[in-house]
Amino acid sequence: MTVLGIAPALPLHAAGKYVAGAYVVFVLLILIYVTIMAVRLGRMERQLVELNRDLARRDETMTTDPERERDAGGDPDARREPAPMSGAGRPGDSPL
Amino acid sequence: MPTYGKGLRGLSIITLTTVVAALALVFFYAPLDANQGFIQKIFYIHVPLAIVSLCGFVFGGILAVMHLRTGDRRYDMRSYVAIHMSLIFGVGGLITGSIWARASWGHWWVWNEPTLVSYLIVLLMYATYTPFRFSIEDPERQGRYASVFAIVAGAFVPLNFLAVRLAQQYVHPRVLTLSGGNLPGPMALTFYVSLLGVTLLFVTLWKYEMAAKNTRIQMRSLRRRLLGDDEIRPPQRSAAPSL
Repeated sequence: MTVLGIAPALPLHAAGKYVAGAYVVFVLLILIYVTIMAVRLGRMERQLVELNRDLARRDETMTTDPERERDAGGDPDARREPAPMSGAGRPGDSPL
Repeated sequence: MPTYGKGLRGLSIITLTTVVAALALVFFYAPLDANQGFIQKIFYIHVPLAIVSLCGFVFGGILAVMHLRTGDRRYDMRSYVAIHMSLIFGVGGLITGSIWARASWGHWWVWNEPTLVSYLIVLLMYATYTPFRFSIEDPERQGRYASVFAIVAGAFVPLNFLAVRLAQQYVHPRVLTLSGGNLPGPMALTFYVSLLGVTLLFVTLWKYEMAAKNTRIQMRSLRRRLLGDDEIRPPQRSAAPSL
C-alpha cells in the first residue's frame, strides 16, 4: 500500500484551488530562481571553456616560440615574455 | 577568498528533506482549522515566507554594518545577496497572503489593514535597493551608500513590525503572541517545521548565490591575470558588488 493510499483525503472542494495556488506560487518562485541560476551557470561554463582555450593557445605559443628563436640564431630565454601567471605556464598545468 | 560552496550539498539535502517533511505535515498531519477549514493550510507557507523575508532584511542590515565597520567588500556582497533573496521570499509571502485574503475575506487586498500595508511599504522600499545600487557607477561609493541604505531600512523593519503590533484596529489574524500563541500542538509542530524548512531554503539559496558570484569573480580575476588587463573588456555597469 502506498503512502498516498493510506493518507486521509484532502477536502479540495471549495478552498482547494486557493491552497493549490499558494503552494504553486511558492514552487514557481523557486523554479524561476533555479532557472535563472542555471542560465548563469551555463554562461559561466562557456566562459570557462573560452578561458581554457585561451590558456591552451598561450601554452602553444610559448612552446613554439623558442624553436623559431633558435632557427633565427637568437637567445630564446632573453626574448621570451615572462608568464603572467605563476605556475600556470607549463604545458598540461591548469590554473583552475 | 572564501569558498561558499563548501557544505552546500549536505545543506541542500537537509533543506529538501525538511521542506518535504513540512509539506507532508501540512497536508497529512495538521488538523483542519475549526473556523477557516482547508484555507488555513496557506498559513504554513505564507507566514514562514513573511517572517524569513523580514529577518533576511535585518540580516542584510547587520552585514552592511560589518561592511562599514571593516571596509571588507565581501560583507557588501553578502548583504546584497541577503536582501536580494529576502525580496524574492517577500514577494512569495505577499502573493500567498493575497491568495489567502481572497479566499478568507473575499478581497485580494485590503488597504485599511496595517499589517498588509506596512509589509507592502517594506517591500517597495527594498524594491528600490537594486536600482539605487545601479544608479551609482563608482563601486566603492556604491558599496558604502548601499550599506547605509541597508542599515536604515533594516532598522525600519523591526520598528515597523512593533508599530503594527501596537495598532488597535486590524483584521489580520494574530497567531504568534508573547503568551505562547494560539496554535494547538500538531498545528504548532507543523508551523515550526515549515518555518525551519523555509529558513533552511533561504540559507541554501543564499549560499548557492554567493558561491556562484564568488566563482564568477574568481574566473574574471583569473582571466585578467592570464590575458592581461588590456585584453579584458571592463566589467559592465552592475548593481551587484564587484570585489
